[in-house]
Amino acid sequence: MIINHPLLGPRDAAEFVYLGDASLMQRPNPKSETAAEDFHNYQYLRNNPAGEHKELWYHEQGDRSWLVVTRNTLSHEITHVELARDVARSS
Amino acid sequence: MRYSALKVLKEGLTGHKGWKPAWRKPDPKAAYDIIIVGGGGHGLAAAYYLAKKFDQKRIAVLEKGWIGGGNVGRNTTIVRSNYMLHENEGFYEFALKLWEKQEQDLNYNTMVSQRGILNLAHTDPQRHAFARRGNSMILNGADAVLLDTAGVRKICPFLNFDDARFPIRGGLWQKRGGTVRHDAVAWGYARAADMRGVDIIENCEVTGFDIKDGVCSGVQTSRGPIKAKKIGVSVAGSSSRVMAMAGMRLPIETHVLQAFVSEGLKPTIPGVVTYGAGHFYVSQSDKGGLVFGGDLDGYNSYAQRGNLPVVEDVCEGGVSLIPMIGKARLLRMWGGLMDMSMDGSPIIDKTHIDGLYFNGGWCYGGFKATPASGFAFAQLLATDVSHDTAKAYRMDRFSKGLMIDEKGQGGQPNLH
Repeated sequence: MIINHPLLGPRDAAEFVYLGDASLMQRPNPKSETAAEDFHNYQYLRNNPAGEHKELWYHEQGDRSWLVVTRNTLSHEITHVELARDVARSS
Repeated sequence: MRYSALKVLKEGLTGHKGWKPAWRKPDPKAAYDIIIVGGGGHGLAAAYYLAKKFDQKRIAVLEKGWIGGGNVGRNTTIVRSNYMLHENEGFYEFALKLWEKQEQDLNYNTMVSQRGILNLAHTDPQRHAFARRGNSMILNGADAVLLDTAGVRKICPFLNFDDARFPIRGGLWQKRGGTVRHDAVAWGYARAADMRGVDIIENCEVTGFDIKDGVCSGVQTSRGPIKAKKIGVSVAGSSSRVMAMAGMRLPIETHVLQAFVSEGLKPTIPGVVTYGAGHFYVSQSDKGGLVFGGDLDGYNSYAQRGNLPVVEDVCEGGVSLIPMIGKARLLRMWGGLMDMSMDGSPIIDKTHIDGLYFNGGWCYGGFKATPASGFAFAQLLATDVSHDTAKAYRMDRFSKGLMIDEKGQGGQPNLH
C-alpha cells in the first residue's frame, strides 16, 4: 500500500505504524456521569466496518506525524489522507 | 454409511460406485430449535455435539458459501495446547484431548498427526518464561518438555543455531501437538452432524435477525426467513459484520494473516517449529509442501489477501532460521480474516439479547480450538451453562477487568 502523505507525497505503508479506528482521537469526557462506560466503549468496542474505514497511521520512519487515512478494508484502496492535527482542529 | 478399511477395499474392487455424498443438501425448514450461523469448523462441531452429546433435535447450520470454503480451509492446520494462562490452557488442552480421539469419534480420517511442536528460545529470560509456561501446561494436564540447545539440535539439526542476533538457546517442546488436515475436519464434522439429523444448508446467507423486545426469534436469510428458539453465531472473521445486524458492537477488529506453501519437498521438517523472534513458523504437509506463516499485516482488512512487506518479512525469517530452504520456491500464498479481540482471547457467551449466542474473537488460534469451541458452544446453547473450560470467555470481561491477555499487550488487537 502507498499512503499519499499530505506533506511528503507518496510513501510506502511499511514506513508507518498502524493504530486503529480514527474515532480514537475523540476521547470521552472523564467528568461525565457515564465516563466508566464511555471509556470502556472507547477503549474496547469497534465498528470494524467492511468497506470505508477512517484510521490512524503514524509515520514512525518518516516525519513522525499522525495521519487520518481513509481506506477501503475490502480492497485496501486509499482514497483520502489528512494530517490528524488538521482533522482534530476542524472537529 | 460407515467408513472402514473393508469398505475401501470393497469399493476399490467394484469401481467405487457405492460412495454417497457425505452430507445431504436439504432445503431450509420454516423453523428449528437451534440455528447455528456459520458452517465453519466451529459451527459444524457445535451442531455435531448438540446432536450427539446434548440430545438436541431440529438443528440447522446456515452457511453463506460452501462447507470448507472459509477460515477452516485457510489456516495452517496446527493443533497444540501450549498456553500459559489458566483460563486458556485448560480449554486448549480439552481441545487437544478431543483431537486425539476425533477420527474414531467422527469415523472420518482427519489425518491427526501428533508430530510435536517446538517453540524456540534465544535468551535466558525466554527460557525462564518457557519453563514457567511449561509448568503451567503440566498443571493443566498437558505435556511439555523444556529443551536445551542439544535437545533442540536432536529434533531439528538443520536450524541456524549460531545466528548472531537470535542464537538458539533451547525450546519448549510439546510432543502431543502437531497438525490435522483442515478440510477433513470440516467434512468430517459436517458428515457426522448430518448423520445425526442436522440440516446443513449451504449458500444461505443470514441477512438479519428477528429481534423484538430483547428476544431473538429467528433470522432472515437469502433463502427466506427461518424461526428458531436459539441462535448461535459462529462466524469468526466476520463477527462484527454479522453482529452489527443485531445492533451490537464487539471488542474485535478484523485483520488479515497471510500463509504460504512451498513446492513439495522430501520429508525435512519433523514437526512444527515456531520462531517467534523472527516472525516465522513452519511445518511440512504430508504432500511435502512447507506450510508457513508469520505475523499479521497489522491493519484492519476484509480483503483475504495481504501485502508484500509481510511476505518479505516472513520469508526473511524463514531463511534466517533454516538456511537450507532458501532455494525452495513459493507455490501458494493467501490471507485469512482474523477476529482479533482486544485481549487476544476468544468469546463464547450469551449476548444481552435472549436467544442469541455468540462464539468468536478467535484471533489466529481458531483452528486448534475447533472441537472444544464446538463442544463448549453446544453446551452453552443446550443448557445455558458455560463449559467448565470456557467460563472465562465472557462477553463482558473487558468492562469487568477480567481480560485474558496471554502476551500482556493491552487492548491493541494488531499486537496480539
